[in-house]
Amino acid sequence: MAFEIVVVGTSMGGLAALERLLAGLPPAFPLPLAVVQHRRAGSNGMLATLLRRCCALPVREPHDKEKIEAGRVYLAPADYHLLIEEGEFALSTEGPVRYSRPSIDVLFASAADTYGKDVIGVVLTGANDDGAQGAARIKAAGGLLIVQSPETAESAVMPRAALAAAAADKVLPLSEIAPCLVSLCPAVQKETL
Amino acid sequence: MVANAVTKEEAFPHDKELEALEIELLVEAIYRHYGYDFREYAVASLKRRVASCLHAEGLATISGLQERVLHDPACFQRFLHALSVNVTAFFRDPSFFLVFRSRVAPILRTYPFLRIWHAGCSTGEEVYSMAILLHEEGLYERCRIYATDMNAEALRQAQEGIFPLRDMLEHSRNYSEAGGKGALADYYTAGYGSAIFPAWLKENTLFAPHNLAQDGSFNEFHVILCRNVMIYFKRSLQRRVHELLYASLTPFGILGIGSKESLHFTPHETDYEPLVVGSKLYRRIG
Repeated sequence: MAFEIVVVGTSMGGLAALERLLAGLPPAFPLPLAVVQHRRAGSNGMLATLLRRCCALPVREPHDKEKIEAGRVYLAPADYHLLIEEGEFALSTEGPVRYSRPSIDVLFASAADTYGKDVIGVVLTGANDDGAQGAARIKAAGGLLIVQSPETAESAVMPRAALAAAAADKVLPLSEIAPCLVSLCPAVQKETL
Repeated sequence: MVANAVTKEEAFPHDKELEALEIELLVEAIYRHYGYDFREYAVASLKRRVASCLHAEGLATISGLQERVLHDPACFQRFLHALSVNVTAFFRDPSFFLVFRSRVAPILRTYPFLRIWHAGCSTGEEVYSMAILLHEEGLYERCRIYATDMNAEALRQAQEGIFPLRDMLEHSRNYSEAGGKGALADYYTAGYGSAIFPAWLKENTLFAPHNLAQDGSFNEFHVILCRNVMIYFKRSLQRRVHELLYASLTPFGILGIGSKESLHFTPHETDYEPLVVGSKLYRRIG
């Protein structure tokens, strides 16, 4: 089983959850991560700056048509949808989906479209149901779905909605999600041990 | 990972390939019948918009959409609209306008007459934003502004200058952050849930159809703004549009692109320099 990309979606409570998740990934983590964190249209690069401090991997907001590289964390820029093409990112200013731009559903669906079963989707804390349809798309394409256990989420609405819409492969407390991602990449597991 | 790609295709032999084929046939048919060229549009967003069209038309397959689009011009107009409309704001990305005010306006004051091109203006929010800025900087009277889009319905809305009032609070915040000298509300009349912008803000503006994917250069401009339009294009088409913009810009003219767009890997990358490091406003130097 060789995965191509990890896609992560979160909303309310997402900053603390992302800090925890990303801190658990080793510098040699072999997959790219694409992250949607809901935030207001006018936000700047502060989120990337905050996440960089606790993450061994480079964190950045991608440009349109930027090449997707392994071992990097890509944050959806504020007020753009982040989509995945073969090997590169694309951005869009189509209208908000479920009141959100960036939208988790949009990222997840395009990842599933492009990489099929080689996608790992992760749904974290959040106060709305964005991500649920995207989670279902990932499962329909044969990908793997991890959902933060609702009782450990700062806001349980988003994980619950994902669990209702799709059969998650794993429901885990936040602290176990990074180790699980590492365990899904056998090569890196050996290297870091 | 290459070996893995083979098993991936085996796992989904039909859906994905068939969908790709149907989309290819759809855009080819539209090009040959209506002359609109979407053949070099980026795939991910094209797929999304086709899917939302299918949903709106109540159709099950892209082939079904092809049949309806070809035989029903009204359906084609709806398709065109779904494919080309973007949701933007007044003074979207305020820092862009702030830099325009502080760095571009002083340059523009040295010209007696200015031609400005909004390439892909959609429903016009940016056209009015720039008109307000130019007015506040004392430049509007000397400007001739060309606002173009391939979507006639979007152009009609842009020309009308009527926008939903409910969004004006957010737009006002952008306006202030963009260095606005008064209040955005000074520029519109509120009524019936709408913000109506006055005729004088568009009297120097010509709204006209132009398709960046196909049409050529039609004038030489001192300023060209083409923000968040090329993000829907594949690299090949982006390169072609950059050739067109370069050819349409006067020496030392100003090019503005979207905050997450880049000149890297474009044909005239070295012919521009940023006005401020990190800003998306460039001056043509070559």
